[in-house]
Amino acid sequence: MILSPKYQLIQKLARDFAEKEIPESMQEEIDQTGKYPESLYRKITDNGFFGIKIPKEYGGQGGDNLAYVLFVEQISRVSMVTSIYISGANSLGSGPLLNAATPEQLEKYLRPVAEGKKFPAFALTEPGAGSDAAGLQSSAVRDGDYYVLNGRKTFITGAPIADFAIIYAKTDFSKGAKGISAFIVDMDTPGISLGRNEKKMGIIGMPTSDIILEDVRVHKDSLLGEEGMGFINAMKTLDVGRLGVAATALGVAQACLEEAIDFAKNRKQFGQRIADFQAISFMIAQMATQIQACRELLYNSAVLKDTNAKDAGMHCSMAKLFVTETACRIAHDALQIHGGYGYIKDYRIERLYRDIRVNTLFEGTSQVQQIVISKELLKK
Amino acid sequence: MKIIVCAKQVPDTNEVKIDPVKGTLIRDGVPSILNPDDANALEAALTMKDSYPGTTVSVISMGPPQASIMLYECLAMGADQAYLLSSPAFGGADTCATSTTIAAGIRKLGGFDIIFAGRQAIDGDTAQVGPQVAQRLGIPVVTYVSKVRELGDGYIIVERQLEDGYEVIKVKTPCMLTAVKELNEPRYMNVGRIIDACEKKESVTVWNENDIGLRPESCGLKASPTQVLRSFTPAPKGKGEMLTGTVTEMSSALVQKLREKHVL
Repeated sequence: MILSPKYQLIQKLARDFAEKEIPESMQEEIDQTGKYPESLYRKITDNGFFGIKIPKEYGGQGGDNLAYVLFVEQISRVSMVTSIYISGANSLGSGPLLNAATPEQLEKYLRPVAEGKKFPAFALTEPGAGSDAAGLQSSAVRDGDYYVLNGRKTFITGAPIADFAIIYAKTDFSKGAKGISAFIVDMDTPGISLGRNEKKMGIIGMPTSDIILEDVRVHKDSLLGEEGMGFINAMKTLDVGRLGVAATALGVAQACLEEAIDFAKNRKQFGQRIADFQAISFMIAQMATQIQACRELLYNSAVLKDTNAKDAGMHCSMAKLFVTETACRIAHDALQIHGGYGYIKDYRIERLYRDIRVNTLFEGTSQVQQIVISKELLKK
Repeated sequence: MKIIVCAKQVPDTNEVKIDPVKGTLIRDGVPSILNPDDANALEAALTMKDSYPGTTVSVISMGPPQASIMLYECLAMGADQAYLLSSPAFGGADTCATSTTIAAGIRKLGGFDIIFAGRQAIDGDTAQVGPQVAQRLGIPVVTYVSKVRELGDGYIIVERQLEDGYEVIKVKTPCMLTAVKELNEPRYMNVGRIIDACEKKESVTVWNENDIGLRPESCGLKASPTQVLRSFTPAPKGKGEMLTGTVTEMSSALVQKLREKHVL
């Protein structure tokens, strides 16, 4: 896609920021210690990167989906974990609010997210409700002006650092998905506790844990949207979120390609650079071509979403499915080119390989994307 | 306060190669960027704007129409206005003709307190345009500004970088200051400002020779006495290494290094 100056500059901004502010030594340290540097977090908030996609009237930057995916791709190319912070605020944290919040709720919660003063968490998944999100078992029982929440949310990205969470719980178990409601819950509300910080394969530096709800009383003003509309709210949020995940995977895939090229040009075997073996050079040609195809699909899907095209949701799923699956294969090939060195932690490809893997899993597995796409194609 | 910043779009010299036969720059397919020293000049202006409410920062550049993306970048960093002097008549200008044109553009902009320019552009490395513009406008110039110490009523005190130290210079305003990279750390663009700059119609004002009151023969190639005989890349200078420690430690390290190089 030929990008206009606006999008070229957004891309440049993200690239410049990531390359300058997140050097390789810092990436390694985050991966080794699990600690995300406060100074970097502050630079992200000071530059307004938590509000790229949040409208200007709520303190955000007013970017569209194309701007957002370009930005996330460039950040992720350098540091995938950083892109998870950015998408946590811009996408899963803000989406539910933008879909359904009252003006008061937007002021109280969305503005601080855009300004980097509050970090949100999106709490849909449960131990027994992953792909089958509608099967969630958390309950919200009305008690006068309050709701009482009970249940357990699992694998919640950013829960340990979140100031509030969007919690999905059933207000009516007899109605299935239509009995799910969304609530904005401050994380310091009595009755909320956290599970252990999960030991993940990758994106180390972004903590993930369960949120446990034990008789959590929240005022009815915390209800997000109408009762029973929570599931639609979550699905709408994930619809757009998929673009962000695809962009994240694409950025890491690009990094994998660059690492592979660099290694192939320097590594010598049988008296020549391994890049001069056709087996390796063809792998690189294939990876680069696949990345370009992913890029075009993703950018096009973002534009479809921005123009409210009828089947934009399906295209977002296609982008997520194709880009994340392809990206994982690219990481596999890039590591293969590194040979045994790729299996050693001193080489960047080892981390990229671990980081990239989650992209086919979160915000809807590849199989869930296939359900979304096929349902759209096969519906009457 | 009114500040003007002179900026230039240049090929990213990290990516530029020189045609070994013709000795000219191969610019095809090379990304264009805001000249790095000019980013420092803009940052200096924006820092003043942050401290002195009511300050306006206007960026002016001469270049082809596609240079407007560099001016969008300046607006996205925080500049208030951007002006592009662009016309086929300006083509082929050397520093002499360029400074005539830029000075005419600045005159058209009206009064100012300070003009910031970068020390030099990375494509030509002349460091002449800033001082020449100052000469044409009849204002004092301080080159190689590495620090702004004090901004007073009708004057500014700056540090001027020298090879082995610096000068402290008090200069009357209005004046021209040329910035070196040590002056500051340029800020990032802002996503919202990028969108504003690019979506607002005519956020970059484009002027040709008629707009700034120049005759075609006073600008561009026709008004350029300089002829470039040859362009070349200077041989890279080795990076110096600073020794640290006590005098004894440093001198023994030095002796060891000289021995390694078989100098001793």
